[in-house]
Amino acid sequence: MSDEATQQLRAEISQWMADHLCGRFEPLRFRGNAGDGDALPELRKEWERELASGGWTCPGWPGEWGGRALSVAEQVAFQEEYGRAGGPGRMGHIGEGLLGPTLIAFGTQEQKERFLPGIRAGSEFWCQGYSEPSAGSDLANVRTRARRDPETGDWLVHGQKVWTSLAHVSDWIFVLARCEEGTVGRNGLIFLLMPLDQPGIEIRPIRQISGGAEFNSTFFDGARARAEHVVGAPGEGWKIAMALLGFERGISTLGQQMAFAQELELVCQIARENGAAQSSRTRQRIARAWVGLRAMRYLAMRVLAEDTRPEALRERLGYKFHWSNWHRDLGKLAMDVLGADAGIVSDDPRYERLRQLFLYSRADTIYGGSNEIQLNLIAEQGLGMPREPRGNLT
Amino acid sequence: MNLVLSDDQQLIREEASRLLREKASPQNVRRIVEAGTGFDAALWSMIAGELGWCAMAVPEAYGGLGLGLTERLLLVEAVGERLAPVPLWSTTCAAAPLLEAIGSRAARERYLPAIAEGRIAATIAWGRIDASEPLQATGVTSKAVDGGYLLDGHVGQVIDQPAADLLLVSASADGEQALFALEREAGYESRQLETLDGTRPIAELTLNAQFIPDASRVDDGGFDASSASSAIAIAQLGLAAEQIGAARGVMDLTLAYVAERVQFGRTIASFQAVKHRCARLEVDLAEAKALIYGTAAGFPSATPEERLLEASGARALASNLLFRAAEESIQLHGGVGFTWEYDPHLYFKRAQATCTLLGSEEAHLEAIAARLLDKEAAA
Repeated sequence: MSDEATQQLRAEISQWMADHLCGRFEPLRFRGNAGDGDALPELRKEWERELASGGWTCPGWPGEWGGRALSVAEQVAFQEEYGRAGGPGRMGHIGEGLLGPTLIAFGTQEQKERFLPGIRAGSEFWCQGYSEPSAGSDLANVRTRARRDPETGDWLVHGQKVWTSLAHVSDWIFVLARCEEGTVGRNGLIFLLMPLDQPGIEIRPIRQISGGAEFNSTFFDGARARAEHVVGAPGEGWKIAMALLGFERGISTLGQQMAFAQELELVCQIARENGAAQSSRTRQRIARAWVGLRAMRYLAMRVLAEDTRPEALRERLGYKFHWSNWHRDLGKLAMDVLGADAGIVSDDPRYERLRQLFLYSRADTIYGGSNEIQLNLIAEQGLGMPREPRGNLT
Repeated sequence: MNLVLSDDQQLIREEASRLLREKASPQNVRRIVEAGTGFDAALWSMIAGELGWCAMAVPEAYGGLGLGLTERLLLVEAVGERLAPVPLWSTTCAAAPLLEAIGSRAARERYLPAIAEGRIAATIAWGRIDASEPLQATGVTSKAVDGGYLLDGHVGQVIDQPAADLLLVSASADGEQALFALEREAGYESRQLETLDGTRPIAELTLNAQFIPDASRVDDGGFDASSASSAIAIAQLGLAAEQIGAARGVMDLTLAYVAERVQFGRTIASFQAVKHRCARLEVDLAEAKALIYGTAAGFPSATPEERLLEASGARALASNLLFRAAEESIQLHGGVGFTWEYDPHLYFKRAQATCTLLGSEEAHLEAIAARLLDKEAAA
């Protein structure tokens, strides 16, 4: 797509956001991003329907399923303009960015017809049931069990999922469970789609270090997934689960970078106001943050491009480590710029935003593959270094 | 903005790497280091003369190929990877852009085709080579006399001068800045210095009422920091590209060594302490590279200030990365990393020599901080 056409698209999005992110949606501006994910859930769901009516949900999906089939460059433009306009954290992200593409690639025709329209319309919200208390970095150690009900062919699920973001305000969950007795690791897993509102499912919030609770523990005690709601074949759940993660190529991180830029701007603003900008060490750190953010944008654009060379793989593998550590460092820098004020709850919303950043960014280097796992992946897949040996403790 | 190399660009990079693997082999580089010349004249005549690498940096109007900044950076990156002792950065990323930016028509017509054809290597007598605005404060003054100028002053370190046929000297004259061309044949006093980094020659320049004819004044009636800013940004980006090339080179040495070295019955590459350190460097290399090539891709449409800020950012990242990559290489090689026989020290010395060249990491970051914090509106 030509730069000119992308510019037109940007202008269109930015105009649409200006026309719609106002009035009753005004309170949503800049809300609901990572760390603030439990903010105003009902209004954000309405916002999803507003987006849907403008045709701005699922813009990367094929036209057949209501998308606009936008190219990567166009999706980048969309995410950036959405973020720049202060568009709120997307309640529909898990459905739109992860489950939808997975169903389009691996779902049955019936599954697509049943689930894709609800995601596109902003009427059904999804959450992710992957991690468990004993399956964090070692995701393949899933112990949640799925047993086939011989009468109906349905699957009955027992176990516990954890870190299920926004489960308490979602309608459906996709669950990775063990369907073959006696299997370990990646074998014998199943990928199930389950309604959350049913007997045998209990959702308990997890209070975070920031005080909020956007994560939950989700307990399954004989909850049911219908026979036709298995994605892929029973036993192939790992393949589907990994393919789903592969769809998270990082386009949405471009929108996130707009929020990062605003956070950095706040830090600069406060440093100018309170004199922190006089300290040469603080100046160096702020400048370093600016450089890291500039590089991050170009890195994201390189990562998103279809490039199959080995060095491109290394860059792709390093991207998560880069942005998450950058963001975590910014949180600490923000507190140091606030100085003693960081320790007191303030009615200046800027200060509160930075305090949330400081606390929440601790999660960035843990979820979605911790720093330690990322470095293993870079070393092993990117540099061809030997794999970590597996232990045998259970 | 497309940040993926085109097939042609990819080919340029691969061919350059392939050639330099052979021609700038460790044996050849060491031969230059031990001879103390810091310059491989045969290699230079091959890449500049036969292969036309300098032509890429020169506009078609002056007999060059007029390729983009990206191509130029790919070549200096390849040179950095092997520490090839050739004045490619000085010629294509410093002198040629400065001639293009502030040279008079006559100066451009005289020198740019010569650079494009590989007939001359060129460099700049930077003022303070540890300053991030190195064309200022050269300590050289000029005085107009009949038929030309007299130049006086001393420049402590002129990078690549011993390899250069053309030396551009920035001098102040009555509060105005002027640029002069000193051709090797014209004769002037210089003395090659013994250097920490034996792969790049440095000389001291002493000008004692040196007569320069009118025709050798390069600029068109004076220049200032803003007219030279795109040339400075290219010089900084080129140096950053060369630095990340060197980082790649030394990281590859480390990776090859740890994959072979066996202790405790396993390769040391299998230890997580080693893996994670190598992986960290990869992350930082990707960051620096993205900034360098992203800046290059956006260069034509960026403002002069944006170019300089991003180039400063690139230098801050690349200087920091190269030094860490080189010191980690010595450390992870263990005892042999301390020997003359193994190659990490060559990169270690290059790392130190370049980390202050045209501004330290600290100076570049301060330049960015000043923009972000000392004006009302931040970038």
